[in-house]
Formats: sequence, C-alpha cells, structure tokens
Amino acid sequence: MNILEVNDLQKTFATQTAVDKVSFQLGKGSIFGLLGPNGAGKTTLIRMITGIFYPDSGNIQFEGRPFDPMSDVLRIGYMPEERGLYKKMKIGEQAVYLAQLKGLSRSDALQKAKQWFIKFEMQSWWNKKVEDLSKGMGQKLQFVTTVMHDPRLIILDEPFSGLDPVNSNLIKDEIYNLARNGATIIFSTHRMEQVEEICDHIILMNKGKKILDGTVHGVKQQFKENLFRIGLERLVAADANAATASPAFSVVGQMDGQLVVKIADGHRPNDVLSYFIQKGESITSFMEILPSLSDIFIRLVEGTPLARQFQNINL
Amino acid sequence: MSKIWLITRREYLTRVRNRTFLLSTFLFPLVIILFIAGSVAISMQTHSRNRIAVIDANGYFKDYLKSDSALSFDFSPGIDTLNYGQKGFSAVLIIPLLHEGQKTDCRLKYKKQLGLAGMDDLDHRISNAITDRLIFEKTAVSRAKLDSIRKNSDLANIKSYEDNGKLSKASNQGLSFGIGYVSGILIYILTFVYGAMVMRGVMEEKTNRIAEVVISSVKPFQLMMGKITGIGAVGLTQFLLWVVLLGGLALVAQGFIPHDTMKEVQQLQQAGAMTNGASVARAGDAAQKIAQFQNTLDTANWAFILFCFLFYFIGGYLFYSALFAAVGSAVNEDPQEAQSLMMPITLPVIFSFFIMTAAIQDPTGPLAVWASIIPFSSPIVMMARIPFGVPSTVEYWQLGLSMLFLVLGFLGTTWLAGKIYRTGILMYGKKPTWKTMWKWAFRK
Repeated sequence: MNILEVNDLQKTFATQTAVDKVSFQLGKGSIFGLLGPNGAGKTTLIRMITGIFYPDSGNIQFEGRPFDPMSDVLRIGYMPEERGLYKKMKIGEQAVYLAQLKGLSRSDALQKAKQWFIKFEMQSWWNKKVEDLSKGMGQKLQFVTTVMHDPRLIILDEPFSGLDPVNSNLIKDEIYNLARNGATIIFSTHRMEQVEEICDHIILMNKGKKILDGTVHGVKQQFKENLFRIGLERLVAADANAATASPAFSVVGQMDGQLVVKIADGHRPNDVLSYFIQKGESITSFMEILPSLSDIFIRLVEGTPLARQFQNINL
Repeated sequence: MSKIWLITRREYLTRVRNRTFLLSTFLFPLVIILFIAGSVAISMQTHSRNRIAVIDANGYFKDYLKSDSALSFDFSPGIDTLNYGQKGFSAVLIIPLLHEGQKTDCRLKYKKQLGLAGMDDLDHRISNAITDRLIFEKTAVSRAKLDSIRKNSDLANIKSYEDNGKLSKASNQGLSFGIGYVSGILIYILTFVYGAMVMRGVMEEKTNRIAEVVISSVKPFQLMMGKITGIGAVGLTQFLLWVVLLGGLALVAQGFIPHDTMKEVQQLQQAGAMTNGASVARAGDAAQKIAQFQNTLDTANWAFILFCFLFYFIGGYLFYSALFAAVGSAVNEDPQEAQSLMMPITLPVIFSFFIMTAAIQDPTGPLAVWASIIPFSSPIVMMARIPFGVPSTVEYWQLGLSMLFLVLGFLGTTWLAGKIYRTGILMYGKKPTWKTMWKWAFRK
C-alpha cells in the first residue's frame, strides 16, 4: 500500500505557480528523495503535505484515505530546512512539549524523550537551554523532536547541513533504522551524493513541475550515455585514436590513465573488448560510466550536455 | 482545544518562571508606593509659606486679611514694587482705593508664582475681607461676633447618594474620580505592556523559525490563540498578585496604627450607623480621619468594579493583542518595521486615553458615552465611567451594549489577525505594509 499519493497538486501564489500539477506515489518504508534547485517548489509541496498550506487543486491521499490535516499531521514528522527551537526553553522540556503538540500524552512524551536522549547520548543536556547548544547539537535535538512521536511519514529538509561526519552517520543510520521499522522518509536536499547513497526513489522538480520520477538505478539507466572506462596495461597514443579504427565506438577522452569510450548505437560493450583483444592489448579494467545524479540534475535543470566534463580533456 | 491549552500552558509557564516576571510583579507596587510617598513628601515640602507684602490704599485690609500657614500678609510701610524681593517677600499686592459697586483691579507682582490654587485662595480671602468689612460697617455686628459666626457656620457636610430606586447609596465623587482614573490608566498600560509582549513573542517564533515546526503540528490560529491566552493569563496573574500584595501592604500599614486608635475607629464605624455624636466627639483626630477614609472607601461597589475591571481588561487585551500578534507575524527581524506597523494600533489606544481624561470630568457627556461603547476605546473609557455608578451614570443599556460590542470586537480582530498571521508567520524577507496585510486578511 502506498502511504502517500499526491495527485495533480497545484498551488499558486499571487502570480507565480509554485507547484504545478505534481503527482507521485510513495511506498511504505521507502526513502524518497525530493530534489530540485532553489525555488523549484519543494518547500511549498512539503508544506501542503504537512497541512500547512491547502492545495488550490489536486488531492493528497494519506494511508489510502484523503489527507486530513487535523489528524494526519500527528503521524507526520517534519524537520524544516530553517531549523527552529525555543532558545530560552530547556531542552528536555522542549522535546516533551513538541511531542505533546504531536498528540502524545505527557507521560508518553517524557518516556520517549528519555529514550531518544539516551540513544543519542544527550542525557546531560536535559536541563540546558537551546541557546547554550552548538549548531550541530541543536541539529541533533531537532532531529529527535521530529521523530519522537513515531511518525509514519518523516520529512527531512537538508537534515545533514551543519553536522560533522560522526553525527551525520548517526542520523543516517537512524534514517535507515526508521525506514526498516516501516516509516517512510521524504528527504529533500541539494546534496546529490547523499541522495545516491540513501534514497531508493527520487523525483526532481524544477519551476514547480515534476521533471523526473523513478528509482535511483532506473534514472541512471535512463540517462546513461553508453560511456565506458577501459584500462589498458600499456596505453599507446594510437589507442587514443581508435575511433577511426573501429565503427563500434569512439574514444571521447581519458580519465586517470584510462580511456573513456562511447559505444555507437547498435553496438555492444563486447565489441569494444573484442577490438582490444584482437589488437593484443592487455585489458586491466572495463567499467560502465553511469551518470551521477548530480550530472542528471544539472543537465535537466540547465539543459547542459552530460559529456561536458570530458570535452576539455586533452586527447 | 487541547492544543491551545498546551500552547497556553507553555507560554504561561515560561513567562511566569522568568526572573523578570517576579521582579516586575514585586517591584511594580513598591515603585508605585514609593512614587506616591515621594510625591506626597515633595508636595508637603513645596507647600512653603508665601509671604505677600500688601500696599493698601483703603487702610482696613490689615484687620480683615487673615494670614495662615500657606499665605501671610505683611502691611509694614516702606515696601514698594521695587524692593519687596530684597525684603524677603514673594509678592507684593497693590489694592487701590475700592468703591462700592465698582470693579477695581488689584495687582499682584511676584517673583515666585502662587499657582492656580494659590491665586484662587488669595482671591477668596480678599473677597471675604471686603465682605467682612462691609458687614461690619453697615450692621451693628461686632468683630468678635462676626468671627465666631464665620467659625461656627461651617455646619453643612455635603454627602451625595446614588439613587437606584429603593436603595440609595452613599457616593463620593472624589473616590469615583480616583478609581476611574486609576482603572483607565491601568488598562491603558496593561494593554500596551501585554500587547507588546504578544507581538514580541510572535516575532521571536518567526525569527527563530520555530513557527514552521509548530504549525506542522497545530493550526496557525491555535498557535496564535494559545500565545494570546497564555500571555493574558500571565497578565491576570500579575494583576491579582498586585491586588493581594497591595492588600497585604494595607494590612501591614494598619498594623502600625496604634491599638487605641483602631479601637476608636471601630467605635466610630459602629456609631456612624446611629450618628452618635458623643462618641464622634470623644474619638481622637487620627481615628476620625481613618474612619472617614474607610467610610469613603466603603462608598464604592468594589466587587462590581473589580468584575468590570477584569472584564474590560480581558476584553481590551484580547481586542488589541490579536492585532499586535498580526503585526508581529508580518514583520521580519527589523524592530523598526514593527514600530511603523504598530502606529495604527497604538493611536486608538492613545486617543482612548485622552478621551478617558475628558470622560472622567464629564462621565455622562456624549463623547464619554459613545467612546465607552465603541470597542476601540471602550475598555479604557468605560472603566473611567463605571466607578461613578451603574445605572445612574452608566445606564444598563450602555454597559450591555459596550460589553457586547467588545466581545464582538475581539472576535472580529482575532478572526482578522488569524488570517494575517497565517500568511505572515511563514513570509520572510518581504517588507510588510498594511496594504499587503490587508490583502492577506481578505483574500479567500
């Protein structure tokens, strides 16, 4: 069952359409990347899913029923990009308060807060005030307050910004953990390497529209350009001009002492291998180059050709 | 509902536990008392004696103008308008020859102003002197007799009673004036203090970016209402603590009054009902004063006034704090923006204050009546009128209409503010104007 289904969601502010007929589905337990440049409409989309904004048109289905902002937001945890906590409030009290706002009873909230504080080794902070915390510590606290009420859907906007690698990993592990336990995670970020690492499924938005939707693997397959890296034991200048020698592929450049080749339409990788084998070269490695999400992102958003990065390499 | 309660609770507790709350709660009555004591002390000191030299062309004022601790007259010769200052007089009074039935200017030249009350007093004394002189001249009454008549003729003690049909109740204009004035000022100050507190609270949530976290759990309206009720509860707590504190101080002050005097006061209180002249005569001067003071206090309907005060305090607070919340939600970090946006809210409050000072002089005038019905000014102006008596000064329909309008008024401002707040709280970077806020309020 899909935990979340968004159908033709639209929201217009004054003159600008912030979200323009966006639809997607989200399976339970998946980690979902919501990508897009600044101003693409991600925050507006998230605010509609968290019940802060009402959509102008379209609908949201939450756990198979029409989304009810009053009760369903209690099953959602949202960590906005702009972090916010009450600076003068004690940390423990604050965590309990925010959990109570999500519908937990005071005793439940207290118990959960203690569990999470122990888990994140924050027990000693309980009576400190937020203004005494470092930025990274505040970030951890913010994450805890987001997930404390056991939400079924967790929306994290740039959760790793400002965190050192140790705390980043702590939160990353926790994200996997929550997903394993059945929570669904929407992860909004600009950091493509994190998306590749963490997400199963992504959508890319630009100017309010959804321009890409699929699994990370599927998207990469969709945008691959049949580029391969081939390592040869002894690289000779003649090989760099192999393009003229074989109709199966052309050499587009070199990378770390390896050749980058583009296989022509209607040919297979094997044709490249057999060309070098026939030439008697020793092949040390052969690997497909899949585009990184970052490349795809830039290409779709800016319309830049993917192969640009190889064009300046001296041949 | 329970969410509003949770928010109210947080707003209340974080503020009440704050050190500044305790300080302001306990220091405010102290400051007030010191202020009153200080101004009394200063006014007692400034009541210095004015020595006035008199140049009298008629020759008889020397016998009729009476000196006392406030004003003294000196008729020694050789004083003129040039040297009176050197001789230690604060003024010189020139009385030309007076003719019966003809107004003549008496001139006072001064180095030190007498003040309005002083001039009044002087005028009164001169007129009395002339009257006395004429009586003495035209009738056969002796000076001694005239003086004794004057001394013993102050017999009538005017007491006013509020007429509410069967029961008539002793009233005291001075006390009504005092209560009305203090209530009006208190509501004026509290509206500003707590309205600004709401605004700062909203601004804090906005600039801290906690607002988005919270309104992903609760509706913006709930957050706003919770804040308003929480801070309102803080205000009520503070006010009630002040009442208790001042009551306690009054009790302590009573403890300093000698036991015998207190006993006499009690006797006087009992005697008051029977107008037992004998016991009044027996009682000491201090006891009489205290008894009089207590009787004066008893003329006010304290329970009713307190109820009305709480009603108008809460109503006025709700009416204005919603608007303050709307402004707080619209502004960014810059406090300057808040200043300019607050103008349209603070102006009616300040106007109400001025209307209040006029209303207290003429509590049944049309300005007072209408300003106490319109919810923009009613909390301050109505509170200035109520101590003069319901239903004699403030008729029931006026009070009812005023209360109804105030309730409708704060429902209206809260609704309006809720709409502005909802948009404003998530809007960053744009410099707000009343025009854009108006748009937020009235678009669908």
